[in-house]
Amino acid sequence: MALKERDEFSGQMTTGHEWNGIKELNTPVPRLLWAFLATLSLFAIGWTVLMPSWPGVNDYFRGLLGADQHQAVRQSLAEADVAKASWSERLATEDFATLAGDDAIMTVVRQTGPALFGDNCAGCHGYDAGGNPGYPNIAEAPMMWGGDVETVAETIRVGINSNHPETRYGQMLAFGRDQMLASAEISALADYLVSLQGQKSLSAEETESAKTLFADNCAGCHGEDGTGMVETGAPNLTDAFWTYGADRSTIRHSIYDGRQGTMPSWEGRLSSTQIRLLALYVMDLRGATP
Amino acid sequence: MFSDFSRDERIFSFIILGGLVVAGLAMAIAGRGDLLSTHGWLIFGLSLLAFFAAVRQFDRPEPSAERLSEYYDAPTRAGLVLTLIWGVIGMGVGFWVAALLAWPDLTFDVAWLSFGRLRPVHTSGVIFGFGGNALIATSFHVLQRTTRARLPDAISPWFVLLGYNLFCIVAASGYLMGLTQSKEYAEPEWYADIWLVVVWVVYFAIYMRTLARRKEPHIYVANWYYMAFILVVAILHIVNNLAVPVSFGSAKSYSLFAGVQDAMTQWWYGHNAVAFFLTAGFLGMMYYYLPKRANRPIFSYRMSIISFWGITFMYMWAGSHHLHYTALPHWVQTLGMAFSVVLLVPSWASAGNALLTLNGAWHKVRDDAVLRFMALAAIFYGITTFEGSFMAIRAVNSLSHYTDWTIGHVHAGALGWVAMITFGSLYSLVPSMFKRERIYSNKLVEMHFWLALAGTVIYVFAMWNSGVIQGLMWRTYDEAGTLSYSFLESLDAMHPYYIIRAFGGLLFLLGAITALFNVVMTIRMPAMEATPDRGRDLPAEPALQAGE
Repeated sequence: MALKERDEFSGQMTTGHEWNGIKELNTPVPRLLWAFLATLSLFAIGWTVLMPSWPGVNDYFRGLLGADQHQAVRQSLAEADVAKASWSERLATEDFATLAGDDAIMTVVRQTGPALFGDNCAGCHGYDAGGNPGYPNIAEAPMMWGGDVETVAETIRVGINSNHPETRYGQMLAFGRDQMLASAEISALADYLVSLQGQKSLSAEETESAKTLFADNCAGCHGEDGTGMVETGAPNLTDAFWTYGADRSTIRHSIYDGRQGTMPSWEGRLSSTQIRLLALYVMDLRGATP
Repeated sequence: MFSDFSRDERIFSFIILGGLVVAGLAMAIAGRGDLLSTHGWLIFGLSLLAFFAAVRQFDRPEPSAERLSEYYDAPTRAGLVLTLIWGVIGMGVGFWVAALLAWPDLTFDVAWLSFGRLRPVHTSGVIFGFGGNALIATSFHVLQRTTRARLPDAISPWFVLLGYNLFCIVAASGYLMGLTQSKEYAEPEWYADIWLVVVWVVYFAIYMRTLARRKEPHIYVANWYYMAFILVVAILHIVNNLAVPVSFGSAKSYSLFAGVQDAMTQWWYGHNAVAFFLTAGFLGMMYYYLPKRANRPIFSYRMSIISFWGITFMYMWAGSHHLHYTALPHWVQTLGMAFSVVLLVPSWASAGNALLTLNGAWHKVRDDAVLRFMALAAIFYGITTFEGSFMAIRAVNSLSHYTDWTIGHVHAGALGWVAMITFGSLYSLVPSMFKRERIYSNKLVEMHFWLALAGTVIYVFAMWNSGVIQGLMWRTYDEAGTLSYSFLESLDAMHPYYIIRAFGGLLFLLGAITALFNVVMTIRMPAMEATPDRGRDLPAEPALQAGE
C-alpha cells in the first residue's frame, strides 16, 4: 500500500491508495456541494408534501395542494368550452346563410379554419386546398358532389367510398381491364379528352367517332356534354381541373383501369361544429359565400 | 486470438461454436417460413465459419506459461477497432435518418429504407455497437490495470466481445427486416435478448473473478462504475424484456406487461439504460483515462463516493419523468420528478470532480486534443445533466415533451459526453495497446476534436431551437380558443433546423471516420521494440496478496 503524501499543487493529502499510477486526494466535499444537496433535497421533499406522492398499500398521499391531473384536464376542457361558447353552439345549429353573414362567426372561421384544415384535410388536399395527384383541388375546381355549403358539409360528414353507412359512392369503371372497350377505343377517347383542352387537334372524323364512343360509354355518368354530374360524383371532363392528371397517358390509364378514390367520413372524428366550420372555411376559400 | 488459448480452452471453444452451429440450425428449421429462420441461417453461417477457422488453428503451439504474468489485451485491441467500425456505421445511419427527416423521399419506396426501420439501427448502432464495444474494451483494460491481475482466462473475454457483437448484428439486421418489440432501446426480439443475458452473465463473472484475484487492496472508483453498469443493465434487460414468444418457431413475442405498467417498465428501463449504460459505464472510463492522461490525482475521493451512491440510488426512481401528463398516476410522476431534481447533485459532483482533477493540468488540456476531448466530455456531462433535471420538472416537460428538445438533450449527452469521452479514451489507449510509439497523426486528432465540437454544437442548437418552436406552436391558442397552428405548419417550421441538424451530424460523422482512419494507420505503423518507461504499466507480477 502506497503512503499518504501531500500533493504539491493543491496542498491536499492523498488517500494513500494507488492504482497503476492513479492517486486520489482526500479533499473534503466542498461546503457548496452540501448546500446544493440540502437545497435540492428540501425542494424535492417539499414538492412531495405539496403534490400527490408517497404511495401506501391501497392509496397514496394526496398532497397539501390537492392537485389531481384528471381534474386538471377536466377543468381545462371546461374552460376551453367556455372560451368557445360564443360561437361553437351557433355554428352547430344555425343555418349557413345566417352564419356566413355574421362577421364575428366568419372571423372565427378564418382564424380557426387553417389549423383545423391543416390537421385534417391538408394531408391529401394540400395546405392551400389546391389538391394533389389523386386528391382534387377543392379551392377552385367544381365540387364533384355539389358545391353548395350544405352539400360540402354532408360530404365531409359521410365521406366518399368510406365505411360510413350513408357514404357517397362513386366509381369510374375499368373499361379496359374489364374489356368493355378495346385498346384503340380507349386511345381515341383519351385523344378526344385531351383535344377538349386544346392540347391536341383531331380531324373531324376522329372527333365524330370519339363523340359516339363518349355518348355510348361515358355520358351516363359524366353527362352528354362531359361537364360532370353531381348525382354520380363524376367530374367535369371539359375544364382544366384533373384529379389524377391531365396528360394523355394518365387519362388513358384512368379509362383503362378505372378509378375509385376515397375520402374518409369525418363524423365521429370531428364534431358537427368542426364539420360545419370546415365547410364554411372551404366555401370562404373558394370565394363563394353561401 | 486462438494462439492465446490453452488446449483445454481450444476444446471448450469448439464446444461453444458447435453449440452455436446447432442452435442456428435449430432456429432455421423451427422457424421455417418465418424471419426467425433468416436469423437462424445467419447464426449458423457465422458460427460455422468461426468453427472452421478455429479447427485450422487447433494444432498451433500452446502459449507459454509466461503469458500469465502479463495482462491480456488482445480482446481490448479487437474491441477498440470494433468500437470505431460500429461508430462509423451507427453515425452514418444517424446522418441518413436525419436527412430522411429533412427529405422524406429518400426512402425510395423501399421498406427496409424506411425511417421506422433505420432509426433503431442508428440508436442501437451508436449506443450498443459503438458505446457497448467501447465499454467492454476499456473495462477489460481498466480492470486489469487497477487490480494488477490478469483476466481469469483467455476464452471468456472473447466470448463476451464476440457474443455481444453477434447480438448487435442480429439486432440491427432484424430491424431492417422489420423485427422489433417496439420498445425503444429494447427492440430486439426474445431470442436475441436471451443470448445477451448469457453473454452478460459471463461478462459479470469476468469482473468478479478478476476482482477476487486483485493485488491492490482497494477497488478503484472506475470499477465501481463498471460493475454498476454490468449488474444494473442485466437487471433492466431481463425485466423489461420478459415476454412470451408466439412459438419457438416464431420471431414474434408478446410482452408480459400491458398498458401503463408496460409504459412504466419501459421507461424505468429506458431511463436507467441512460443512467447505467451511457452514464455509469462511461464515468468508469472517465475515472481512469482522464487522471491518467492529465497525470493528476483525483480531486476528491470523498466526492467520488457520494456521487457514485447518489447516482446509483437516485437514477433508479427517475424513469417516470418520461411519462408526465400520461395515464401514469400523478403520484408516480411527482416522485420521478423529485428524484430527478436531486439527481443533479451527484451528477454535478461527478462532473466537478473530473474538472477539478484537471487543476494543475489545464495547460495540457490546451495543448493535448486527447485530454481536451475528455475535459469537454465532462463539461457536456454537466450541461446535459442540468438540462435533464430541468426537463424532468413537470411544467417544463409540458413544453419539451414529444418535441425535438428531447432529441437535442439526448445528443448533447450522446455526442458531447459519451462519444467525446470515448474518443479521448480511445486515442490515449490505442498507442500502448498496439505497442506503437504514438498515434499516427496528432493533427488528425486535433481536426477530429474540432469537427466533433462543431458538429455537437450545431446539432444541439438546431434541436433546441426546433424543439422550443415546436412546443410553443403546439400550445398556442388564438382568441377563438382553438389551436393557432396545424401540425403541418410546425413541420414546415422545423424543416430548416432538420437540414442544419443533418449538417451537424455529418460533421460528427466525418470526425468518427477520421478516428477510424487514424487508428488504422496507427496499427499499420511499425511496432516499438520495447515500451518506454513513461507509458509502462505496473506489472501483474510479482504477485501481491490482497490486503498485503
